[in-house]
Amino acid sequence: MALNTDFVGRVYGPGEPYEVSRVKIADFADAIGEPSELCRDAEAARRAGYPDVIAPPTFAVVLSMASARVVNDDPGLGLDYSMVVHGEQRFSHSRPLHAGDQVVATTTIESIKAVGALSMMVTSTDLTTIGGEHVCTARSTLVERGAS
Amino acid sequence: MTITYADVEPGTAIEPRTYRVTRLDLVKYCGASGDFNVIHWNERVARSVGLPNVIAHGMYTMAQAGKFVTEWVGDPGAVTDFGVRFSAMVPVPDDDEGATLEVSGKVLEKLADNKVTVDIVVKAGGAKVLTRARATVRLP
Repeated sequence: MALNTDFVGRVYGPGEPYEVSRVKIADFADAIGEPSELCRDAEAARRAGYPDVIAPPTFAVVLSMASARVVNDDPGLGLDYSMVVHGEQRFSHSRPLHAGDQVVATTTIESIKAVGALSMMVTSTDLTTIGGEHVCTARSTLVERGAS
Repeated sequence: MTITYADVEPGTAIEPRTYRVTRLDLVKYCGASGDFNVIHWNERVARSVGLPNVIAHGMYTMAQAGKFVTEWVGDPGAVTDFGVRFSAMVPVPDDDEGATLEVSGKVLEKLADNKVTVDIVVKAGGAKVLTRARATVRLP
């Protein structure tokens, strides 16, 4: 099933605030094997000039995927998630996420294109603090195989 | 040793690294990231949808490319912009060896404000699994 191009420009969110925790950052750093103490030791992070432990750059996917899930699950869009592969991903940070950040995510469908038997959808998720400070924009290209 | 902006020029190579990926790593990443897509942990389902085996999350591979850069700089907060294109899957067999990611990279250009762009190459089983993998990094 082709994706519904009427959905280009749709905006989802902002959702409920997500509080970034020290434990979640440490778990994520452990899972990817990131050895830095700046992800685990708040004192070390403060000495390096950060307010608290900081997240590795791809940690933002935890928030952006949760936000994009609302888009992907929208029945009107017509996305068959079992046929989806990740095409491209980009993170543009104004600053690192750190423990204590309360972040809201807003996802926009930027484009939907058919390329042969594939459908490609680009979404952009802005992560901002509840105070309105931009932290990161996550841009994601999903490719749906076998759509026609 | 901390790398500094003055130490690097376009073409400066970053010491290559290899990172092993096992099934346990993928299970941990499922939990840490919240991405529980079955193709990352269930071989029966992965094969039934035409995949060669359980495959690593693209985001796991991207995270390894990111780690390659943040280990080089010594600061996970130094990466301001980071983008990749996923070009091949990383099948992860059910054994103690798992898959091996070979990561290399070099400085592409020096920007203002002590920033540099870095080009990263990640290979698994001889295939490039990421293309156009670029990070912008602020160096001391």
